[in-house]
Amino acid sequence: MNHMVDARGKQCPIPVVETKKVLAQMNQEDQVTVWVDNEIAVQNLSKMAGQKNLQCESKQLADNHYEVVLAFSPAALNQKAEQAPVAAPKVAVPDKTVVVISSNTMGNGDDVLGASLMKSFLYALTEQDVLPAMILLYNGGAKLSAQQSPALEDLKLLQEQGVEILTCGACLNHYGLTEQLAVGSVTNMYSIVEHMMQATKIIRP
Amino acid sequence: MSEQPIVFCKGGGCTAKLGPGALSRVLSKLPAFDDPNLLVGFDHSDDAAVYRLSDELAMVQTLDFFPPMVEDPYVFGQIAATNALSDVWAMGGEVKTALNIVCFPEQMDLNILGQILQGGAEKVREAGGVLAGGHSIADADVKYGLSVTGIIHPDRVLQNTTCRPGDALLLSKPLGVGIICTTARVQEASQDALDAAIQSMTTLNKYACECMKNFTVHSCTDVTGFGLLGHLREMLGTDVGAELTTGGIPVIPQALEYADEFLLTAAGQRNRNHMQDHVVWKDVSFAMQEVLFDPQTSGGLLFSIPYNEAEEAMYQLEKLGLACGIIGRVTAEHPGQIVVQGE
Repeated sequence: MNHMVDARGKQCPIPVVETKKVLAQMNQEDQVTVWVDNEIAVQNLSKMAGQKNLQCESKQLADNHYEVVLAFSPAALNQKAEQAPVAAPKVAVPDKTVVVISSNTMGNGDDVLGASLMKSFLYALTEQDVLPAMILLYNGGAKLSAQQSPALEDLKLLQEQGVEILTCGACLNHYGLTEQLAVGSVTNMYSIVEHMMQATKIIRP
Repeated sequence: MSEQPIVFCKGGGCTAKLGPGALSRVLSKLPAFDDPNLLVGFDHSDDAAVYRLSDELAMVQTLDFFPPMVEDPYVFGQIAATNALSDVWAMGGEVKTALNIVCFPEQMDLNILGQILQGGAEKVREAGGVLAGGHSIADADVKYGLSVTGIIHPDRVLQNTTCRPGDALLLSKPLGVGIICTTARVQEASQDALDAAIQSMTTLNKYACECMKNFTVHSCTDVTGFGLLGHLREMLGTDVGAELTTGGIPVIPQALEYADEFLLTAAGQRNRNHMQDHVVWKDVSFAMQEVLFDPQTSGGLLFSIPYNEAEEAMYQLEKLGLACGIIGRVTAEHPGQIVVQGE
């Protein structure tokens, strides 16, 4: 059978230490597949295999992802094709829809129309069966979460239903609205980027 | 996997150094400064910089800091300071002032920082220097070290690339502390081994330096992150070679045992990759090879001295209480190459 050691993210000598533990309990016909995230760790595993007279094959699967297969005999190593897993186990990513609003108007053309469309968009959003995880507001969008915003009630309603509302702090400051934020909290570019990177879907009205 | 008592020691010391390959590529692109008073700059890959202030006086400057390699903050402070101060003695200088360099997580217990600084300050005092200030920043991980200034007579600077054929090579501390600290990190090191490593890492190279002032030292360096072979190779340059005999090389014995268990660092393997074309092995065990590549935190001084003085010098060095040895000799043959003879 194939034993698996995922030592990615672990510093030398931990990949070797974990592999040695498996080798100590492994049958003669078994093999162990070790994943590491750097080439030096591959070399340290190969070095051990050389000293212990083990069969050893290694290859790079992706950036920062290397596979080293060790076995006691060439015959044991050959089972690799059927037994070794082909891809990293999938990590379940929770659904994270992020609505990104960069202006207080929706679409280009007439700004009066645009402002009215944006208000309707946010109202319609409150009526959806599945709500987004988050609304990010920046540049002109920052005006929507401030006092006097025509969309304030809808945004508050969304927040009450668990939608996180984050407004760019630098943008509020730019428009002189820092003291007037009326819903949600302030954020910065790092977390804006991070939330966008983590989003499973981004909606830009 | 090992449980960390405090998230303090993640595998530090000189094992955390950037690899020699990566570093030399970057350094080679920097502009060279041509000030005649800069007697030793980083183009020499020497231990510290030396700048001449007058005909009688030059300033030795060095800087070293790293993450913890032991769990005890006080001992870590001592080791980091001992290591940082060492470069001054490797040049033959005298320590005058030191400044703390600290990276410390904001949410960590400040008493830990206090213990680190206490350990460091005691070593500065033992070195005969004055702790004169420092700089600290909040960071995700702990790092500590010193910026040290010393003095030296401009004519008595011990460079690290001036050994002569026929010289004996002396090492003032035992090898293997990198492997032992790494083994301790996965809780497989014996207390005896760790104690021996700590004793070695907290012993100031001041004593070895002073002891050798009674002898003709052609060249000197301290053995740190690039391992014995890496630093010896720097010392040899391209004009001379070296022959080592493993029997004479001081080693903390358990390091060989742990090397045979493959408790090896990434830095040691990087040293092997960088050095392997310059080393010829003759019946040298795998474990001893690993020890010779092992990055040394606060390692000993490596001296190149006339052969006829070596035995007396060894006798004096041994009195300092650490394992030391005549590890081999400098040769005119095979320049740039190190031949290692096993037993």
